[in-house]
Amino acid sequence: MSRLQNKFNELKAENKKGLVIYLTAGIPDAEGTLKAIRTAVDNGADVIELGIPFSDPMADGPVIQSASYEAIQKGMTLKKVLELVREIRKFTQVPVLGMGYINVMLNYGFEKLAADAKAAGLDGFIIPDVPHEESGDMKRVCKEQGLHLVEFVTPGTTDKRISETCTTADGFIYCVSVNGVTGVRKIDYSPINKVIEHVKKQTNTPCAVGFGIGSPEAAVDAAKGADAVIVGSAVVKLVMENKLAEAGKLIGDIRQALDKKVN
Amino acid sequence: MSKGRFGKYGGQYVPEIVMPVLTELEAAYEKYKNDPEFLADLRKYYVEYAGRPTLLYYAEKLTKHYGGAKIFLKREDLLHTGAHKINNALGQVLLAKRMGKNRVIAETGAGQHGVATATVAALFGMDCKVFMGAVDMERQKLNVFRMKLLGAEVVPVTTGTSTLKDATSEAIRYWAAHIDDTHYIIGSAVGPHPYPTMVRDFQSVIGREIREQIKDEAGGRLDYLIACVGGGSNAIGTFYEFRNDKNVKKFGVEAAGRGPAVGDNAQTLSNPASRPGVLHGAYSYLAQDDDGQVIEVYSISAGLDYPGVGPEHAMFHEEGVVKYVGINDKEAIDAFQLLCREEGIIPAVESSHALAYLEKLMPNTKKDEVVVVTLSGRGDKDVQQVAKVLGEEI
Repeated sequence: MSRLQNKFNELKAENKKGLVIYLTAGIPDAEGTLKAIRTAVDNGADVIELGIPFSDPMADGPVIQSASYEAIQKGMTLKKVLELVREIRKFTQVPVLGMGYINVMLNYGFEKLAADAKAAGLDGFIIPDVPHEESGDMKRVCKEQGLHLVEFVTPGTTDKRISETCTTADGFIYCVSVNGVTGVRKIDYSPINKVIEHVKKQTNTPCAVGFGIGSPEAAVDAAKGADAVIVGSAVVKLVMENKLAEAGKLIGDIRQALDKKVN
Repeated sequence: MSKGRFGKYGGQYVPEIVMPVLTELEAAYEKYKNDPEFLADLRKYYVEYAGRPTLLYYAEKLTKHYGGAKIFLKREDLLHTGAHKINNALGQVLLAKRMGKNRVIAETGAGQHGVATATVAALFGMDCKVFMGAVDMERQKLNVFRMKLLGAEVVPVTTGTSTLKDATSEAIRYWAAHIDDTHYIIGSAVGPHPYPTMVRDFQSVIGREIREQIKDEAGGRLDYLIACVGGGSNAIGTFYEFRNDKNVKKFGVEAAGRGPAVGDNAQTLSNPASRPGVLHGAYSYLAQDDDGQVIEVYSISAGLDYPGVGPEHAMFHEEGVVKYVGINDKEAIDAFQLLCREEGIIPAVESSHALAYLEKLMPNTKKDEVVVVTLSGRGDKDVQQVAKVLGEEI
């Protein structure tokens, strides 16, 4: 069983909601990313989504766009992201998924990437510009290495596509809360919770809700029918501003709110 | 393999949020593309509003200048709004109407596609937003004002390099948040399926007219076709009709800018350094660095400096259907001036790249052969920039 599956099983056994924290690799720099991950884990993050910077991140809002741009300017590459993962494995066994766009991975070579990622200690990938239809090649190489490739559903995903996605879903299902891009805003989480109800009837793969979550209240609201929530822009913004203590506090507050609500 | 492939190129590399609306668009396009009423409607606007068919003009003086094959110009520059972009904008807005969308968005680099979209939005009473890189807005103030006059809102894009590729990403992001009432009129034969097919179909009126017109003008003889390639919509519109005509040699002219170094040109197919990749939803050739980051490309022509290219061109390139070549800034400006002086026609700097290829091609042609160059747009928009290059104060 993978680190990620173990983590979700553990959470389930403890009747806890999972907390996935997104951080862009190379922000504020490589060393700073490691510190940020340590902070996230110390404050209750269950899974780390490590952003692989890309020049044209079309699913991301302003915060992660600028983090991505800045990381590239500072020399972050996919190869260096894998080096970071090796460093991470020296201090934590937290599940880490690489979140990035397909071109960077295509350029690296799928087979080599999966092999190198496995060797570095990465647990899988989240690729926002690869919908179910285009996921075949990456899915195959990930499977060969025992890595997860996370798939997506949104409030607009048709029933037919939900069923298709559920048959191949792996690791967790990324449930996009709202039409649009990443970034903190007020969101009605009921439409995605309806989709999750539907998903739950077809698969045991955990559901994690992301997009828009920036506060403990929003996290609790989003987590209702889901197994986990994903928090990105709100944390990245603080890390970019070198406010690591505040980022830690935000993560801790969300953790507490999630735990309190359930127990 | 997924839908919408040209050989191995194309596909739908988009966020899940956009998938339902692409599926909806594909279904609508499948429904209407052969619908007699839709086609009659499109035809009507082509003829009565845009000014089709455009002339196939025999450039007698230019022919004499080179002393080789007979040169004809396909005059897309004579269309309403001054370029071929209106062919696609009309097609897509008519489709959007039938889909019940009352808002349209577009990306634009030089502003030509933005103006075409703003124009059809005004004509059909639709709300229009055009995304444009802040750097491009500064370079193309006149077109920004044109769009405003036509009632469109021009949204400055300041992310990344603040140019066309960033404007396209931003248009996709906005679309992802407004899929219910908004249609995205993409400006070239790029993007996720069904866009490359749809844009090609709307533009291939160019090639079909050439086929008809060349019968009268040259007894049906055609040996060479030349068109410029940025994203590649006027080129695909020119070549598609002749894709199986092996006796018609086809040249797609990319911008070789100021030199072969990475970032100094906008050649994606004719540059040995570029290789396949994914940008804006399609797998095609892409200007990228060693780490797979998309690079900022350069050309004197704002309409050609796009780091990607339509996926069908990638297939044509690999199958040898079209030969892709490069023309640099200086060669394009020389051709621009030559057409002004020889024929009294001011061509767009984009189209000047296609014209400049005549310098290389003509010495190897015979007098009884026939070449058609697609003059994709008029050059009024470029006059100020050309003056600057030539050191003239205006």
